[in-house]
Amino acid sequence: MTDAGATEIPIGSGDDVVRVRQAVREAAGAAKLSLVDQTKIVTAASELARNTLIYGGGGHARVERVDSGLGRAGIRILFADEGPGIPDLDLALTDGWTSGNGLGLGLSGARRLVDEFSLDSAPGAGTRITVVKWGR
Amino acid sequence: MERVPVLKIGDILLVSIQIDLQDQSVLNLQEDLADRIVATGARGVIIDITAVEIVDSFIGRMFATIASISRLLDAETIVVGMRPAVAITLVELGLSLGGVRTALDLEKGLRLLGVDGLAAGPRDRR
Ligand SMILES: Nc1ncnc2c1ncn2[C@@H]1O[C@H](COP(=O)(O)OP(=O)(O)OP(=O)(O)O)[C@@H](O)[C@H]1O
Ligand SMILES: [Mg+2]
Repeated sequence: MTDAGATEIPIGSGDDVVRVRQAVREAAGAAKLSLVDQTKIVTAASELARNTLIYGGGGHARVERVDSGLGRAGIRILFADEGPGIPDLDLALTDGWTSGNGLGLGLSGARRLVDEFSLDSAPGAGTRITVVKWGR
Repeated sequence: MERVPVLKIGDILLVSIQIDLQDQSVLNLQEDLADRIVATGARGVIIDITAVEIVDSFIGRMFATIASISRLLDAETIVVGMRPAVAITLVELGLSLGGVRTALDLEKGLRLLGVDGLAAGPRDRR
């Protein structure tokens, strides 16, 4: 399902993570999010894109504009990979927990920075994370 | 790959981040800075992030690492020019950057390092 206006960005390198940030920044500006909300969603997207690259072995992001039907605009981003998946979601979402040598803040911090966060992952089944940030 | 220039002004190293850096460029900058602190015997490092639109856990960790490395090498690191929206976001992300000294702008950062601005300049900017 790719509606018009959605931008799909492959994530296979560090430069792609930068491209995801740029696409999200543009979409957040177009949806008229406040400067603080733009900064939050771009930061969250940066964390999730990096996870897709490092732990998911690459994948893609899909950035799209959404409308609440009540006159509010926002943006939704899907991060998808076919990597090893996350065996323990609660653990992965714990502040400070990392299986690598990160700070363990990416997932939990990204969740705090957005309005809606859903995580779908299982061992061997890849990982799909969807986040939404609404304008005020 | 993008390489961020490290300028030497007296015994201060100045880095001004002007573009959206990918992770490897951030690591390169971290190494460059460590090398230059040793090579120049600099006593201060200023990282100017006035133009930086987001600080995520990766680049934030670089600031903390540079601050620790410079401390061991007898230099002090100051991050200057953080945008308010970036500060708000960093706190919510969970990155407090406790060990990193900050100043609101370059001039204040220089003053923290005991450099009295551009004292010889023709105009008083305040
Ligand atoms: N797409 C993914 N596929 C598989 N595992 C993942 C994925 N994203 C996150 N994880 C797992 O969740 C853990 C926590 O992720 P999180 O982003 O919070 O921390 P980190 O990436 O380890 O460190 P940081 O992001 O702070 O540098 C990771 O260490 C990894 O084990
Ligand atoms: Mg991470």
